[in-house]
Amino acid sequence: MATAISSAWEVVIGLEIHAQLATKSKIFSGASTAYGAEPNTQTSVVDIALPGVLPVLNKEAVHMAVKFGMAIDAEVADRSVFSRKNYFYPDLPKGYQISQFDLPVVGKGFIDIELENGEIKTIGITRAHLEEDAGKSLHEDYAGMTGIDLNRAGTPLLEIVSEPDMRSAKEAVAYMKKIHTLVQYIGICDGNMQEGSFRCDANVSVRPVGQEEYGTRAELKNINSFRFVERAINIEVERQIDLIEDGGKVVQETRLYDSVKNETRSMRSKEEANDYRYFPDPDLLPVMITEEYRQQVKSELPELPEQKQQRYMDDLGLSAYDAGVITASLALANYFDVVAVKTGDAKLSANWITGELSARLNREEVEVDALPVDAEAFAILLLRIKDNTISGKIAKDVLDAMWNGEGSADDVIEGKGLKQITDSGAIEAFVDEVIANNPTQFDELKGGKDKMMGFFVGQVMKMSKGKANPAQVNALIRSKMK
Amino acid sequence: MSEYHTQTVTELSAMLQAGKVSSVELTQYFLNRIKDNDEQLNSFITVCEDQALAQARAADERLKAGDAPLLTGVPIAHKDIFCTEGVKTSCASKMLDNFISPYDATVVKNMQDAGVVMLGKTNMDEFAMGSSNETSYYGVVKNPWNLKAVPGGSSGGSAAAVGARLVPAATGTDTGGSIRQPAAFCGITGLKPTYGRVSRFGMIAFASSLDQAGPMGQSASDCALLLNAMAGFDEKDSTSIEKDVPDYSADLNKPLNGLRIGLPKEYFNTEQGGMAAGVEAAIKTALDQYKAMGAELIDIELPNSNLSVPVYYVVAPAECSANLSRFDGVRYGYRCENPKDLNDLYTRSRGEGFGSEVQSRIMVGAYALSSGYYDAYYLKAQQLRHLISDDFKKAYEKVDVIMAPATPDTAFNIGEKTDDPISMYLSDIFTIAVNLAGIPAMSIPVGFADNASGENMPVGMQIMGNYFEEAKLLNVAHQYQLKTDWHKQLPEAFQ
Repeated sequence: MATAISSAWEVVIGLEIHAQLATKSKIFSGASTAYGAEPNTQTSVVDIALPGVLPVLNKEAVHMAVKFGMAIDAEVADRSVFSRKNYFYPDLPKGYQISQFDLPVVGKGFIDIELENGEIKTIGITRAHLEEDAGKSLHEDYAGMTGIDLNRAGTPLLEIVSEPDMRSAKEAVAYMKKIHTLVQYIGICDGNMQEGSFRCDANVSVRPVGQEEYGTRAELKNINSFRFVERAINIEVERQIDLIEDGGKVVQETRLYDSVKNETRSMRSKEEANDYRYFPDPDLLPVMITEEYRQQVKSELPELPEQKQQRYMDDLGLSAYDAGVITASLALANYFDVVAVKTGDAKLSANWITGELSARLNREEVEVDALPVDAEAFAILLLRIKDNTISGKIAKDVLDAMWNGEGSADDVIEGKGLKQITDSGAIEAFVDEVIANNPTQFDELKGGKDKMMGFFVGQVMKMSKGKANPAQVNALIRSKMK
Repeated sequence: MSEYHTQTVTELSAMLQAGKVSSVELTQYFLNRIKDNDEQLNSFITVCEDQALAQARAADERLKAGDAPLLTGVPIAHKDIFCTEGVKTSCASKMLDNFISPYDATVVKNMQDAGVVMLGKTNMDEFAMGSSNETSYYGVVKNPWNLKAVPGGSSGGSAAAVGARLVPAATGTDTGGSIRQPAAFCGITGLKPTYGRVSRFGMIAFASSLDQAGPMGQSASDCALLLNAMAGFDEKDSTSIEKDVPDYSADLNKPLNGLRIGLPKEYFNTEQGGMAAGVEAAIKTALDQYKAMGAELIDIELPNSNLSVPVYYVVAPAECSANLSRFDGVRYGYRCENPKDLNDLYTRSRGEGFGSEVQSRIMVGAYALSSGYYDAYYLKAQQLRHLISDDFKKAYEKVDVIMAPATPDTAFNIGEKTDDPISMYLSDIFTIAVNLAGIPAMSIPVGFADNASGENMPVGMQIMGNYFEEAKLLNVAHQYQLKTDWHKQLPEAFQ
């Protein structure tokens, strides 16, 4: 029964988000964290776990974790401890991962998300802890063997664990986006999901509506896009409901989402699960954080998304919706700031950014940072609307051309002859011609059928190839009606 | 030809500084001595002839230029647990038989900066796990006082080499007695510093919260010179302590009038297996000597002493089980032939690369950390550790140093305890508490006594101090060595 999620079931979701911290060097060594280098070139003796080496904690990683804690009003621990998580895997050089177990740096906090119906829901954050990333195993290029790239080994991660507070895939995505926005605002993560800088594991279970006890959960591992999170959760929920309705039982296990086949597959069950034999790492001292440090970090926090949204509404007069869309991405907000200043028209800027620009961003799946039209160029386009060089309608075409690399707004307007006709003599000629061609309709208009106005304006615009100034056209038609 | 091997580091240093001997001459002398004698002892895994001579030539240049540090040109050996750039670093394991370190341990670098010449790398128990040097992949080391006896362990190669004067001094490491017990067995002076005093970076980890490197030499004054070079904060070791290093040679000559020596009753009664009569007699004589020098003997209690061995054999294996996970056959070290799959690669590389003592400790440690047992074993052991530390803290409110035997008996014979691990573990009964507490302690030779086989072997006495009081320990030991000559005795076969 592959149906929409039955209303008899409630979905319960918790997320573990891994945010790669934007430190220059690794969490326990001085090696660089830059992405994309030749395999095994960014590895120190510590990262490859030679005999005798010892970890030294990167203070900046702790600073970033505390920043996150203060940004979500969480408890930031006076004393937190690094532990060894023991398991064997070729891309885990020490045979253990240094992580935090019972004493994480960030404790309970919360974050609000906005649901589709506009309602605000608070999602609990259980904890956030620091840990090192593993390396990468490369299976493709080596027939019968596995290549190991340890460049990523030792990259600092903040694992943000939520409470099982989400009740749909959409809520999960909203939460993940919220965290994604926040970590970029506070400058602790570049948020690049394609490079794996921001990814999540989703714990998913279902229970009959009204049941208090949680169902058995499956953990969906390592999902690195918002779209996949939504699809993976939905497909997993469907699988679990089908299974239970067919008389089966959900097994606690780790599953992998296959985005090509759009299915989840079992990786290992709980019975096969490792006993990680956690214990405090004797090579590292406990991390001690003072109240003074916490307050200092708090005072240094930049403007957070909600504060920025409020400011856009209060100071710039944007609607809650526009302000929300723009501030949901720091890159977009920065883009907006440039455009709004340059045009001197925040509302126009917001309309265009949440409308035309966002539509293109979504359609073409580009990141704001990779936009083919930068904020300066975009602002000039809007200025040409304001100074009546082009109409809003023509501006969309100009934007398309700019997007395709055909030059600046002025280049395109000039090159394609799109400059608006404001010469009232020329426009009057078009108006007269249209009226002469449509006498019956003109009588109807004069007779009070206001709808006909649109027809006449449309005809004139068509005749002028869209270049006539619509306001002038309107005024001229009205003058002819007298 | 001069008999340089009868000279202490302090004496050799003076000769080098005065230009009475060159480092090349000394280095060649000791290289020859190793060549001539080590077949009997097996105290070296690697001898670095060319490198040593090159270092010696450089040292001579430095001496000629003037302003060379005191240890410049003095040849020593490093325990094969310290990583040495370009030189095999095996930890006495088949697992690392092919491992040439690309970097130097901080201890090695510090010593090099101080001008010492490295003659080679000494034998030891595999991964420092053992009390007799019988677990080495490279074979057992013999005790220079009696080739049938063990030299102790795990720093048995260093102790035997210094005991036979194949080297003037060596480095060692001590996790549960691995400097002090072999020092006692081989009749030399060894110091385990306060945990955190000497960097652990580049020292292959056995039990990270217990491991500490220290000097092994002919005398307390030699150990002071060596410790001056070894000690210090290291930003590469988060557990090393940012505290000024005093000049350990400066206070050696302070008189001991009024020194309060604590004698823990738990170490002197027979409940814990006690000590052999000959050992007891030698210790008593040494204590009388201290009394004669103006010290006061005070009976004290360390009530939780009986917990040391059980706590140690949870904490040390637990930490080692994780520390040794990196030896997986993937990146370096031993890899089994033709692995079928990943699991086979792991199990056979580790099964074939590690010896049985190492394997059993890994298993014990993994068990103690496993889910459901962690609280009962590891957590409990860490709690008990505090009780042991507190015993010492209380004791040092009343006394300046604590004295006790270093070992319950003198060196036992090879093979005598290999089938009886408990009896082997109990040979460290007097040394382990010091590591659990993290305090410094020494072993100095105080006489001879018959072992169980009737062989007359050296007796070591342990001097334990409060945190960072290495200077006091060295002073107390040095004053004794001014009045006695046990530390100057040489085994007959190596005169």
